[in-house]
Formats: sequence, C-alpha cells, structure tokens
Amino acid sequence: MSAVTAGARDGWLRVAAPVAVGVLGLLLWFLVVDVLEAAPRMLPSPIAIAEELVLRSGIIAEDMAVTATNALLGLGVGAVAALVLAGLAMASRPVDGMLAPIVAAIAVVPIVAVTPILNTMFGASSQFGRVAVAALAAFVPIFVNVLRGLRQTRPVHRDLLRASAATGWQRFRVLTLPTALPYLTTGLRIAGSLAVISALVAEYFGGPADGIGTAIATYAKSGRASLAWAYVAGGIAIGLVFFLVTALLERLATRRSPQ
Amino acid sequence: MEHGRADAVHAVEASGVGKVFAGRSGEVVALTDVDLTVRAGEFVSLIGPSGCGKSTLLRLIADLDGASSGALTVFGKPAHQARLDQDYGIAFQQAGLLPWRTVAENIALPLELHRVGKEQRRARVAELAELVHLGDFVDRHPDQLSGGMQQRVAIARALAASPKLLLMDEPFGALDEMTREYLQSELTRIAAETGAAVVFVTHSIPEAVFLSDRVVVMSPRPGRITDIVEMPFAGERDEALRESPAYFERVTAVREALHGAPVERANER
Ligand SMILES: Nc1ncnc2c1ncn2[C@@H]1O[C@H](COP(=O)(O)OP(=O)(O)OP(=O)(O)O)[C@@H](O)[C@H]1O
Ligand SMILES: [Mg+2]
Repeated sequence: MSAVTAGARDGWLRVAAPVAVGVLGLLLWFLVVDVLEAAPRMLPSPIAIAEELVLRSGIIAEDMAVTATNALLGLGVGAVAALVLAGLAMASRPVDGMLAPIVAAIAVVPIVAVTPILNTMFGASSQFGRVAVAALAAFVPIFVNVLRGLRQTRPVHRDLLRASAATGWQRFRVLTLPTALPYLTTGLRIAGSLAVISALVAEYFGGPADGIGTAIATYAKSGRASLAWAYVAGGIAIGLVFFLVTALLERLATRRSPQ
Repeated sequence: MEHGRADAVHAVEASGVGKVFAGRSGEVVALTDVDLTVRAGEFVSLIGPSGCGKSTLLRLIADLDGASSGALTVFGKPAHQARLDQDYGIAFQQAGLLPWRTVAENIALPLELHRVGKEQRRARVAELAELVHLGDFVDRHPDQLSGGMQQRVAIARALAASPKLLLMDEPFGALDEMTREYLQSELTRIAAETGAAVVFVTHSIPEAVFLSDRVVVMSPRPGRITDIVEMPFAGERDEALRESPAYFERVTAVREALHGAPVERANER
C-alpha cells in the first residue's frame, strides 16, 4: 500500500519537479527584465518573445519545417548508411578494418568545421550541404552502436540456431538483428539530437535563406532580439520532438532485450 | 523394448571419439577414446565431476563442435548430416529463449527455420504447449515466466520437430528441488510418449538414476568413460520409485562407480 502511494508520488514528482523549475525560471526572468528592468542587451521579456511567437507563427513554422526536414533527411541517410556499413563490418573483418579509421576520422573532425565548404560546394540554393552535415553527424553514433549491437548475440542462442541448422541469413534475421535493435534505437536517440543541432548550425554558414538557424542569425545581427528568441524556441521544439520520438522508440525496443 | 530390434539403427554410435581443444596455454584433452552406443528410444545419462567432458561429448553429438578423432554417427549418419536433417532436439542449462518472442513463437522457432507452414506450425505449438502444461501461457514473453516454466518452453522447443533424439545439458541445473523433481517426472512421461532417445547430462546421481535406462559415469583428466551402470526401472518411474530400496541400491551403485571404490553406508544417513 505504502509502496503504491510512494510510487504514485514518485511519478507525480517526476513531472512536477521540472515544471516547477521552469515556472520559477520564467518568473525570475520576468522579474529581472520587466519589473527590475535590469536586462542585458538582447534579453527581451518572455512576454515579448511569446508575442512574437504568436504573431509570426506562420513564418516560424515554415522555417521550422525546413530545418526539421533537413535534420530528418540527414538522420535517415546517416542511419541507412550506418546500418549497411555496420552490417558489412560485422560480416567481414577486412571491411571492418577499412571502416574503423574512416569512422574514427569522421568522429574526431568537428562536422561543423566543414560546413562552409559543403555549403559552397553545393551552392547557395541547395539544402544538400545541410542534409549532408546532419547525415555525417548522425552516422557516427548509429554506426558505433549498431556494430556493437550486432556483436552481442549470446553463445547459447548461437548454439541453438546452429543446432536448428539455420542458414546465415536466417541467423541474421532471427537472432543478430533483433539483438542489435535496442542498440540501433540508442544510436538513433543520440543521433537525433545531433542531426537537429547540425542541420541548424549548418544554416549559419550559408546556403538558402530559410530555416531556423538562418533566421536566428539574421535577427540577432539586426538587433530584433524578441524575434530571434522566438526562433530559438522553435529550434528547441524541433529538438524536443526528435528526442521524444527517438527516446520512445528506444523504450519500445529495450522492453524485451536480453539482460 | 527396443532391445528386440537387432537391426534398428542406433541413435548415437561413438567409437574411439576424442576431442582436443587447442588453447593459448597448450592443448586441453577434453575427451579420449569414448565408446558409447545409445539405442533408439533409450534414456542415457552422462554423469561425472566438473570438467570430465560431459558437455563436450554432448556438443560433439550435436555437431556444435567437431570431434578430433574417432567415428561418431547419429542414426547411422555423420553428426553433421544429422544436424542438418534435424534428427535431434537440444536443450541447454540456460533455457536460451529469445526474449523478444512469445512462448508460442519460441516453441515454433525450429519449425519456422525449416519452413513448416503456418497452420501446421500453429497446430504443433498448441500440441507441444499442452505437452509441457503451458497451454495458458503461449502468448506470454519469457520474462513473464518462472525459471521452471522457461525450461519447459525450452524442452517443448527441443521437441518441436519431433526429433528421435533429445540432447539435454543439465536442463534442470538451476532449478529448486521441487520443480526439479516435477520436471523429471514430466520428462519421463514425455520421453515415453514421444519414444525419443535421450542423452542427458547431469550432476545429480538421484536424477540420473530416476530418469535413465543406463548411467554413463565419466572421469576427468583426460575426460573418458569409466563405467556404465544399468537401471532396471523401465515403466515404473513414479514417485514411489524415489523411496524404494531398489532405487537407493542403484544410487549407491552409481556413487561407487563415480568414486571408483565402494562407498560405505552411503544410504544410512
Ligand atoms: N571451447 C573450449 N576451449 C578450450 N577448452 C575447453 C572448451 N570447452 C571445454 N574445454 C575443456 O574441456 C574440458 C571438458 O569440459 P566440459 O565443459 O565438457 O566439462 P563438463 O563435464 O561439462 O563440466 P561441467 O560439469 O562443469 O559442465 C574442460 O577441461 C574444459 O576446460
Ligand atoms: Mg558442462
């Protein structure tokens, strides 16, 4: 009985605590900016930001769609490439040996560093450079996690499939892939946030004049702080959606994973 | 009852079988010169101290490892061919169920791998689930079952393709005594119903005596067969047997064979 009430209280606390922190933060912010009028430059009132959000919701949503699409495409391309290459690396030692340094190189080179080059390469009217940056960023964590996951099959399961005279393809489909699935979703969760950040930051370095990142840079430069912050809120929303969806996928996949 | 059929193909026939593992710190002789015949429908237990090669012998029969020397046939074929033909079913010490599959899907796995049709599969799974008394649990996942129930699922899975040979490596090793005795009775019943030969690895003398037609006693360094003790209990393996003097007499016989000398007053405790 007490365990039940304790459990319910824990669940309630888990929601209430962050909400309380958020509300407190907003209050403090409001107090500093609107009541004390002690705000630094470029920090507008939360009310002003909310007004901009409502007023410009149409155009903000359009720019959010651009950035989110770039991030999603990048995540998809990165995931497919990571899956295929991890599969090859698992199947063949030489391929594994060849891929390892390439992946290490992609992992250590800050992707943002090559963004201006990619943007110039694919021209000012193409989203391709941004998608490529998101894909590169998403590739690494998915590849690393999937490759590890593909190697987690338990000996007793391998013996079982051998004893059942399973073919190589059957073993992959029935055992190797399901075993790797939770690792794939963990990779996706990490890569999802990276893809959003990369797609957004890539917009700071040229390309078409749309997207959340482009807008933030433009309005920050021209001093329209409230609007810039409204766009930041849009960026946060994209990141949140990506995180929530991928975290949910991970939860579903790990529900029945081997301990 | 198979004794009369002189021309019947033996379930397992091993002669001069040896296994050497090449390790980093030299070679390990896991088995030497094993001669063993398991008749069709016969229940044979392997017993012996840890490291005497029981699991190794079972894995050789299952073609999970290859023998280093000697000749090994399963139903008259090389072990490799018998594995491809699904002539045996196997259960390990760990149930080894796939956690993302339901009980029914786990039991059906061997059938699925051999492209048995969906309808046929469903019928067979229902039959097997009844056989191991898990009819109400076919839609559960393994993490919702007790260890004993998981082990029963593993046994049903081993029986799925109706093999004429069942290989079991300490399948009840991790279970409590009550569950263990219950599953022993179940296994006796299942073996009788299916007519399958069984090679059963165990550490428990009473378990071996209760279940087997013959108990194969092994000894380590190097792993080999030192004795084979006959059990005369065909057709009378019920709870009364566990308390009968004849049973205790056989337990003592196996214990003596294990220790290599008569054990004094072994059952006077
Ligand atoms: N894959 C392997 N590589 C190297 N040595 C092995 C391997 N498998 C088994 N051995 C060795 O072979 C010998 C027999 O092992 P085995 O597992 O067959 O013993 P066992 O009788 O089943 O023991 P237990 O009762 O503890 O399960 C042991 O000395 C073991 O160290
Ligand atoms: Mg063993």
